[in-house]
Amino acid sequence: MTRNEIRTAFVDELTRIAPDIDGKTVSDEDHLMDDLGLDSMDILNLVTAIQTRLGVSVPETDYPRLETLEKAVEYLAGKLG
Amino acid sequence: MGWDTITKSANDRANAALPDTEKARKDFSWNDARQELSGLPGGGLNIAHEALDRHVAAGHGAQCAIRWRGASGETRDFTYEHLQRNASKFASVLTRHGIGKGDRLFSMMGRVPELYFAALGTLRAGVVFTPLFSAFGPEPVRTRMEIGEASALITTAAIYRRKIASWRAEIPSLKLVLIVGDDAPEDCVALGPEMDRAPDRFEVMQTDPEDMALIHFTSGTTGRPKGVVHVHEAVVAHAATGRFALELRPGSVYWCTADPGWVTGTSYGIISPLVNGVTMVVDEAEYDLDRWYRTLEREKVEIWYTAPTAIRMMMRAGQDAAAGYDFSNLKFLASVGEPLNPEAVVWGKEVFGKPFHDNWWQSETGGIMIANTAAMDIKPGSMGKPLPGIEAGIVETAGDELSECEPGEVGELALRPGWPSMMRAYLNEEARYAKCFRDGWYLSGDLAMRDSDGYFWFVGRADDLIKSSGHLIGPFEVESVLIEHDAVAEAAVIGIPDETAGEVVKAYVVLNPGFDASDEMERTLRGHARKRLGPAVAPREIVFRQSLPKTRSGKIMRRLLKARELGLPEGDISTLETDEK
Repeated sequence: MTRNEIRTAFVDELTRIAPDIDGKTVSDEDHLMDDLGLDSMDILNLVTAIQTRLGVSVPETDYPRLETLEKAVEYLAGKLG
Repeated sequence: MGWDTITKSANDRANAALPDTEKARKDFSWNDARQELSGLPGGGLNIAHEALDRHVAAGHGAQCAIRWRGASGETRDFTYEHLQRNASKFASVLTRHGIGKGDRLFSMMGRVPELYFAALGTLRAGVVFTPLFSAFGPEPVRTRMEIGEASALITTAAIYRRKIASWRAEIPSLKLVLIVGDDAPEDCVALGPEMDRAPDRFEVMQTDPEDMALIHFTSGTTGRPKGVVHVHEAVVAHAATGRFALELRPGSVYWCTADPGWVTGTSYGIISPLVNGVTMVVDEAEYDLDRWYRTLEREKVEIWYTAPTAIRMMMRAGQDAAAGYDFSNLKFLASVGEPLNPEAVVWGKEVFGKPFHDNWWQSETGGIMIANTAAMDIKPGSMGKPLPGIEAGIVETAGDELSECEPGEVGELALRPGWPSMMRAYLNEEARYAKCFRDGWYLSGDLAMRDSDGYFWFVGRADDLIKSSGHLIGPFEVESVLIEHDAVAEAAVIGIPDETAGEVVKAYVVLNPGFDASDEMERTLRGHARKRLGPAVAPREIVFRQSLPKTRSGKIMRRLLKARELGLPEGDISTLETDEK
């Protein structure tokens, strides 16, 4: 899976959970909670959805490594590597 | 109940604030509790005075009051004297801008130092302090500021621009908007420069014990949110219950994780710990597993007051994630917000070496009413027993006169009025206030059971309110926002069980002609609700129906939707006129 595909999948799941966010305007540095307004339940649902979609396992202690789009893509690419 | 009682040792009891709970209950009087505070000359009482000035006058000004850690890891310590001076500065700022006794300051921000200066400075100036949840969307904020007739607001520039600026001019009572930091948007005042030049002496306003001090907003099943009014005398209960239920004592290191926008964040995140002379650990950041474990270890936290959703998130990560941390300073763990499941009580003991002590109270009670105290054996899953000074009962409400239920019977949890932190009003809603009291009891709206040993057990809500991650959500407020969308004809909102949040919000929607149910429509409506209400209040799931179950008078039967959702008996459906399709 390319980084672009991972990015698309992540944004897709993000906007499914938080449809108030416009996927086209999300920037790589936006913080999921501080800038995009997700709460902790959203994060939980997002990680669950990503795990199912990409078939990776993300332990709770790694959640902070998904706090921006850029970091999440980097982290997931490493997992799928 | 299937779970073994956790028994306390003789040593646990000897070290507890109330070694003999039964004796303490007999000997206790609120008058005596009042004497432990200093009060103001002439019979006055002021919460900020009891929280700060009393300690500074007694020579404890140099003690650390707040050990603050910012989101990016920076730290700042504030002594009691620092806090007193900054609260005085804040009170001076309010006065300079014409905000005085009887005015109402709303706050909407995270756990930044200015929150504490503002809360204590506001009370010091005799102004009413009203916290709002910063994850609220613009709609709940606006409604609450209208009902509360806000005179002033303190918030951040980001929150102001996103959620308030567009309608600010439509709140006629609002005279002052303070913005944390050195810059402010147009028509707002930057707090930083104001604080810099304000005098750090401000004589405590002579407030009467019955003067209004706090307004906490809570949701109703129908109608608008209710502004729960508390007075300065509430501090008598904040002080005593902090000792009895949380073991707060001078010098304790205490961490309350509650959001400052809800009642726990004020009563036990600001007032009670300071009045009891503790050192509070304050972390600006939201829940983060590693960060929390590190905080417990590094700050040598002794007393920890947290919430079921957070505990369940820690449990999801498993015991291994906690390995390697030193939790040996922890002496007492407590939880509030919604009933704590027995697994979580016991999990505390396995991971932290101490069980979680669940307790029960609500915005209306202002302070903890029923608790598992340090000396009491814990029956996992029970909220414990009434604290000294509190008489609680389980009552049958069907008849004109209330009758108390037998042990083991389910009824409404009720309290005998008269404790100091009892609400004094719902703002401008006399009829709704009066409805809470009947036959010499305050009715809590919670269904519960008392067992033959006197322990209380939560059963459910007597109404349609939803408890999600510890927040009480009124279905009406959510339905109103959904109906505002052009596509929506009718909406009904219920809480469905969720293993982490307790309950999550689910909406049933009937669309107007010309609109089709689809995934896209579901997302559009959820997006609309999230924008208006914020993520904590908006539905996490929306389903479409042709019609909703309604009574003859046209009332949507949320109860029936919920029973069907849960596969429970439908109960009395004799008033059902049109059914769900």
